[in-house]
Amino acid sequence: MAKKPQNFEPPQQAAKPIVPHADVERAAVDAVNKSEYRSLYAAQKKIHPKRAKGTFRTIKWWVMIVTLGIYYLSPWIRWDRGPGIPDQAILVDITNSRFYFFFIEIWPQEVYYITGLLILAAIALFLVTSTAGRIWCGYTCPQTVWVDLFLVVERFIEGERNARIKLDKAPWSWSKLAKRTIKHIIWLVISVLTGGAWVFYMNDAPTLMAELIAFDAPLTTYFWIALLTFTTYILGGFAREQVCTYMCPWPRIQGVMMDNDTLSVMYKEDRGEPRAPHKKGDSWEGRGDCVQCRQCVVVCPMGIDIRDGMQLECIQCSLCIDACDEVMEKIGRPKGLIAYDSLANFDRRANNEPEKIQIIRPRTLFYTLLIIIVGGGIFYGLMNRADLDVNVLRDRNPLYVHLSSGDIRNGYTVKILNKSHDIRTFSLSISGLQHYKMNVVGIQEKTAEGLPVIEVGRDRLRSVKIYLTVPKEDLTSDSINFTITVKDLGSDSISENVTSFKGPKT
Amino acid sequence: MSNEPEYDEITDTYTTGHEWDGVKELDTPMPRWWLWTLYATIIWAVGYWIAMPTWPLISDYSKGVLGYSQRDVVAAQLNEAKEARKVYSEKLLSADLATIENSQDLLEFSMASGKAVFGDNCAGCHGSGASGAKGYPNLNDDDWLWGGSLDEIHETITVGIRGVHEDTRLSDMPAFLTDEFLDEGQIKDVAAYVIALSDKSVTPPAGSSEIYQENCAACHGEDATGNKDFGAPNLADSIWLFGADQQTLISTISYSRKGVMPSWAGRLDPATIKALAVYVHTLGGGE
Repeated sequence: MAKKPQNFEPPQQAAKPIVPHADVERAAVDAVNKSEYRSLYAAQKKIHPKRAKGTFRTIKWWVMIVTLGIYYLSPWIRWDRGPGIPDQAILVDITNSRFYFFFIEIWPQEVYYITGLLILAAIALFLVTSTAGRIWCGYTCPQTVWVDLFLVVERFIEGERNARIKLDKAPWSWSKLAKRTIKHIIWLVISVLTGGAWVFYMNDAPTLMAELIAFDAPLTTYFWIALLTFTTYILGGFAREQVCTYMCPWPRIQGVMMDNDTLSVMYKEDRGEPRAPHKKGDSWEGRGDCVQCRQCVVVCPMGIDIRDGMQLECIQCSLCIDACDEVMEKIGRPKGLIAYDSLANFDRRANNEPEKIQIIRPRTLFYTLLIIIVGGGIFYGLMNRADLDVNVLRDRNPLYVHLSSGDIRNGYTVKILNKSHDIRTFSLSISGLQHYKMNVVGIQEKTAEGLPVIEVGRDRLRSVKIYLTVPKEDLTSDSINFTITVKDLGSDSISENVTSFKGPKT
Repeated sequence: MSNEPEYDEITDTYTTGHEWDGVKELDTPMPRWWLWTLYATIIWAVGYWIAMPTWPLISDYSKGVLGYSQRDVVAAQLNEAKEARKVYSEKLLSADLATIENSQDLLEFSMASGKAVFGDNCAGCHGSGASGAKGYPNLNDDDWLWGGSLDEIHETITVGIRGVHEDTRLSDMPAFLTDEFLDEGQIKDVAAYVIALSDKSVTPPAGSSEIYQENCAACHGEDATGNKDFGAPNLADSIWLFGADQQTLISTISYSRKGVMPSWAGRLDPATIKALAVYVHTLGGGE
């Protein structure tokens, strides 16, 4: 057997004897999740991100408050739509197959609006990615937001990074057990609330809340709460960065949307290298601005080292910018050693050209144009959405019926979809047949002209069966096209439906 | 071909020692999550053996401690469905047929449930579109042997035709040849007469009218429009149950026809029969 050389272990940094900048905290660590230390077969190494302070952290706090606020509170917004129709602003009404979003209401056959919305969201994501990299991943992705929330809890209970590392290594004690128990209980409470909020989108929130408390809600509701509790707890508490690195396809796709001018969180190695610890008062000549303090590494929730360059694992949450800026300020060097920058700017600096942020590019213009086209299309469709839809289905079995007089009868099912929030009455009329006799099953009411009157409830579909009898002399061919007109007696809006009258071969 | 495992520097693992045309295989360990999943499924399987019906035994099978049975589940679901329909079936029972047809929700319920019941019980003879077949009436048209009103349809379904019900509808046309009422020549003449009733291009043979009036008019009527009280078909229209050609008519007159429809009382519950009657009535031919 060949001899196995020593294992891959992160090279331990020897503590430097010099004491550089006493006010700059230093960490003798290496990035845990660096690609060369990562093996698919090794257990996940726990990351203990330190809390960053600064502009981007503040932005992230606000994004977290707003997104979580939207998620937890929006099912409780009310929106009056009239009697008999749900008054919840955002509601996926599965039982009655309707989707409500404020003034928008969508029936199942109009699912193309949802498709359009998803396409719109995808293109918007493309635009944002090509402009400023993984903004979605770093700020608004639920995985990022919930992991951030879970980390807040972890930090509150177990302390800052070093305390957490120490606690992890410490043997089990009552204090450790208490801390761990409290942490997991709070995580579980958050998870239950996450699953709990989800089901409110599918049901009337106040009613369901009362049912949930009384343990009277449908079993499927509890199932969904349990499922989302489980996923939130696992993904937010344990899987964390693994979700972004291994489970999510987006990091692997987004490369194609980025080019040299795309802004991303980057370490300006041209300014930072050669890196070395720095002693207060020493000259900055002949060396880079990076003082090897590794604050960018310890704040990273993904456990990488931004100074290794662009990496798949980097969600571009910008926390390393905050960490580095804080250090730069303390040592009196300009901020922005790690910053939103583009590859093109690296070239520009190398050629002594001024830096430039190029947002308007053919790529971003194209995405913007697509958004305008798709968004405009959806908006136009929604604004001009017909509140009357009629489907005429002619009977195929039997295709036609031979009556004892020799006349021929055809049957049709007329489906009238009243998408408005009022009860409406419609009349049915036939044009294009010379002589005919119409019988509408179950309808007695007639207009002054003798047309059948059909009442359709608010936001409902009604299907009526009609029979047409045509004298045999009129059947000049085995198929005659004619029109069934459905007229709204209230607004006079009409729907014309061409169908055919079938008879035996002539 | 197996050799000693070798160390591979790039991946920091050993090979399995297997080699195929110079291609070697790394002996990489299983991913942990994969192994955990495997162990979890094994534990799950053992639990499943205990909890659920799993093992075939010699004359039976292991029932499992949970006592789960798909048969019971289906039975429970059917009962549930029956309970859910009860609201409507009770309304159907108390309402008369005309009321059902004039109330939107009862009509819609009857048309939907009637269609399902028709498909299960009636379509075998009358066809899924109720358009019948030779010997089995088309229920879409306006030609009814025993009447096409709601009540008459309801009665026909309930008692059947030549069925087992004590009030079943019964008509008995003589077999004119075998019962020796008419000879073959007379039968041929009267068949031609019947054809001429609806086909004006045919001239009935001399004397055939008298044969008809003496033998057939009592039930089928002097004008041959039939009589629904006896289930005697209309012979003057263009709809024929068995066919309108001479051969078929001669055979019908000579040997008679004795179509049978089961009595559905006792097989279907009264509410279902009502829904079925409404459904058939709304097929278009109802009177």
